[in-house]
Amino acid sequence: MTSPADLSVVDPELSVEEARFNDLIAADSRIEPRDWMPDAYRKTLIRQISQHANSEIIGMQPESNWITRAPSLKRKAILMAKVQDEAGHGLYLYSAAQTLGITREEMTEQLIAGKARYSSIFNYTTPTWADMGAIGWLVDGAAICNQVPLCRASYGPYGRAMVRICKEESFHQRQGFEILLELMQGTEAQREMAQDAVNRWYWPSLMMFGPPDDQSPNSAQSMAWNIKRFSNDELRQRFVGMLVPQAEVMGVTLPDPNLRFNEETGEYDMSEIDWTEFNEVLAGRGPANAERLRRRREAHEDGAWVREAAHEYARKQSERALAAAGAVA
Amino acid sequence: MSTPGEIGTEAWPLWEVFVRANRGLSHVHVGSLHAPDADMAVRNARDLYTRRNEGISIWVVPADAITTSDPDAKGAFFESPAGKNYRHAVYYTKSEGVKHL
Repeated sequence: MTSPADLSVVDPELSVEEARFNDLIAADSRIEPRDWMPDAYRKTLIRQISQHANSEIIGMQPESNWITRAPSLKRKAILMAKVQDEAGHGLYLYSAAQTLGITREEMTEQLIAGKARYSSIFNYTTPTWADMGAIGWLVDGAAICNQVPLCRASYGPYGRAMVRICKEESFHQRQGFEILLELMQGTEAQREMAQDAVNRWYWPSLMMFGPPDDQSPNSAQSMAWNIKRFSNDELRQRFVGMLVPQAEVMGVTLPDPNLRFNEETGEYDMSEIDWTEFNEVLAGRGPANAERLRRRREAHEDGAWVREAAHEYARKQSERALAAAGAVA
Repeated sequence: MSTPGEIGTEAWPLWEVFVRANRGLSHVHVGSLHAPDADMAVRNARDLYTRRNEGISIWVVPADAITTSDPDAKGAFFESPAGKNYRHAVYYTKSEGVKHL
């Protein structure tokens, strides 16, 4: 075993840097790209931020599916704006990850090779229009609940990206709520469609907060580093507490017979989550895993000529500028 | 000196983006992006950073054109104002109670 004191004898330089990092974390300050940071901190952030970026990009797919079929021009315009926002969020996050020393190309390659993860929620399909409502209300709702505390993440570029994302995300949740509310005020068939979508998305949205605290091995370290501020179960509980009154306004039933307010704990009691389903989807056996990756790979490969053309145009322009400067001189 | 976030192996250069929210205000740094040239950087910056009327003017600057102070100097570079609080109005207390001063 090597104690910190021994380290300072072996490598005084390192221990000064490490002490400074620890001081910044202890003071709840921020770490910036050129600061020294432990390898494990860097790796954890690269994994988390790139997964987060991948989720935004893959998350465009289940909704873009409905752009051509939106029930009105207004809904089509809203959906396009939302999908464009997801692309923007992906870019903010890729940029934040790039400050840690991984390239955009590497992240894209890892994603389309199936080596990088993204939120398993996007492996579910969107068979009805009500799914657009349920995704906005439940999936984006859960994402906001997760992301608001990330605005204070100790890594500066990540926190700043999250501030921008959260600001834009609230419209996503509200438009989803509105879609479901309008369906619930419609015909019997529309009400059934809304309830069916809520039934299908409720549990997967609760799984977005990750495994229960006692089975989440990396949580403690992430909390010690001020990347994560609240535990998975705390955030899940907070989310359910917000959903219940919203569901009442809407008139939908949350599909958990055991869901009830516990006067003693001041929280909602709920059924056990079926994690076998979560693990199946995570392992690649969800309804649309293969389809999502196939489309992402195609989009990347089909877009290669655009990237090449832009690169070639830039090269020619700078060559011409150089030649013109030469002619003047 | 290398610029924060700059990686030599990226296909496209890094640009820092500044947006002016309104006439009368400064351009403020909002983030960065990769783009093959300055024109594309401005267009991409518009799509990425001004989707909700955040600005009326955009600057993009090649990140490698920015010279930074040494982040490893640990504050030594900024130490000279320390102990010179006579540079602040609050240092002068004898005029307390006197109006318009």
